[in-house]
Amino acid sequence: MTSASISTLPRPPAQRATAEPALVRWLLTAVAIGFLALFLFLPLAAVFGQALERGLGAYVAALRDHDAWAAIRLTLITAAIVVPLNLVFGLAMAWAVAKFEFRGKSVLITLIDLPFAVSPVVSGLIYVLLFGLQGWFGPWLKAHDIQIIFAVPGIVLATLFVTCPLVARELIPLMQAQGTEEEEAAVVLGARGWQTFFRVTLPNIKWGLLYGVILCNARAMGEFGAVSVVSGHIRGLTNTMTLHVEILYNEYNFVGAFAVASLLTLLALLTLGAKSLVEWQTRRRPAESGSAAPDAAAMGPLTPVPLQPVSEKTRNEH
Amino acid sequence: MSQAARPDRRKRRILPGFGLSLGFALLYFSLIVLIPLGGLVVKSAGMTWAQFWSTVTAPRVLASYRLSFGASLIGAAINVVFGFVVAWVLVRYRFPLRRFIDALVDLPFALPTAVAGISLTSMYAGNGWIGRFLEPLGIQVAFTPLGVIVALTFIGLPFVVRTVQPVLEDLDAEIEESAASLGANRRQAFVRVILPEVWPALATGFALAFARSLGEYGSIVFIAGNMPMRTEITPLLIVIKLEQYDYAGATALAVVMLAASFILLLLINGLQRWASRRRPVCGD
Repeated sequence: MTSASISTLPRPPAQRATAEPALVRWLLTAVAIGFLALFLFLPLAAVFGQALERGLGAYVAALRDHDAWAAIRLTLITAAIVVPLNLVFGLAMAWAVAKFEFRGKSVLITLIDLPFAVSPVVSGLIYVLLFGLQGWFGPWLKAHDIQIIFAVPGIVLATLFVTCPLVARELIPLMQAQGTEEEEAAVVLGARGWQTFFRVTLPNIKWGLLYGVILCNARAMGEFGAVSVVSGHIRGLTNTMTLHVEILYNEYNFVGAFAVASLLTLLALLTLGAKSLVEWQTRRRPAESGSAAPDAAAMGPLTPVPLQPVSEKTRNEH
Repeated sequence: MSQAARPDRRKRRILPGFGLSLGFALLYFSLIVLIPLGGLVVKSAGMTWAQFWSTVTAPRVLASYRLSFGASLIGAAINVVFGFVVAWVLVRYRFPLRRFIDALVDLPFALPTAVAGISLTSMYAGNGWIGRFLEPLGIQVAFTPLGVIVALTFIGLPFVVRTVQPVLEDLDAEIEESAASLGANRRQAFVRVILPEVWPALATGFALAFARSLGEYGSIVFIAGNMPMRTEITPLLIVIKLEQYDYAGATALAVVMLAASFILLLLINGLQRWASRRRPVCGD
């Protein structure tokens, strides 16, 4: 969607006929920054303000709490399972969608966004209906002494659902923009399938891939609604960081809640930083991505705006 | 893209891995997403129509629709106005920290919703940073529907900005120049030239923010106060029904929400197609 060629176009200096009067410009900027200050900067500052309200000592003590550690550990474990699985899925989906034409492709591209469209609560509920005690597999699971709901597997499944589109939708526009010519050349020159992938495709998409992984990780660690439905909130056992934040907050332990929240906020800020870095990298070296891709900075925005249902190629054909 | 005219069938033969990648992707997606969602629909089919209807139209549920839809609409509308201004300022003007602010616009998507929820609640509570100034004026935000709107404005903020931004960047300066040279003043150029170009993106952004807000849970449960008939959103009712082991009731509500999000997904897709048709790809 974002087209790099535009940002490199020389923008003519603002002329009077096509620019607003200075007063309007100043006013609009003030409105924009005021709005963002109220709805972005202040909530961000409030997290750290509240976490440090009783001083650094209380903050550190809250983070060294035993249950907080258990929650951090569970969140890390969940992310360590979810991110690699969704990475493989994202690569497979992007390869199929971006490098080939097939019937039903645009439907598939729409369906990828389904986990974003569904309420997180519903994403948790569907697994309760499948694997909960009263669910379809419930009796069988109980007979075999396997617990999924109110246990770690349920948390992993719900997180998988919520974050599964992220790597794919990061890679699809990138790989679509790069086309298939380089891979075709490699195959014609005798490269085998995996060789083509590792030597040609992967170097071209590495920054987008890295960013997709970072984003998927951030969302996996920060998921709340879906996980809250399947977790059962067992302290020290099935509490992820976000659930731990909720429990502490509802117990009026504000310093503790905001201390854990501040870690999650730092993760979000790191993710935003990584996005800027990756964007800067792809813009700096557009030539590296090959001649087929002048659009190397076809990085999607972090916020899930829909993928283009039709690839550039099919559009040109019409 | 001179290669584009080449028939697709030949490409399919040249590159390997089509069957493997699509097969794996479809299997995975079906197992994780499609089959569980299908299970929800099948489960709801086990109810009689009368049961289903009485569950999804109970007064407490109707009140939750009103809040969920109403607050989402208002939040998305606020974001259309201010998101457009933010996108405009970020694209057109240069000021200190612009890149930093631009990057931060995505924060509501990166920040866990629970963190957003407790942060906004602490700000707007009676003794909070903002609440303490609003309370004396008789304006209560936290634990009222107004709080829900505030949370949804935060959640939907990036969507309008991020859909409008690329359109403004792509806007050809020449069109505005010719409008000006033909005698249009700045306001006429804006209404007649810029707005028609941006309008589809604004609609898409609105729909995206609305769709996201409708299902939102984490940021709202803290600030809403969750009073029955007043500040309960529909996703919260699903959770409440689950906690009471009312699986049928939770399923019925979830089906309603799923249908709403599916319709919105199709609508957004249509809007997106409309927007890309109106904005032909410029070949360079």
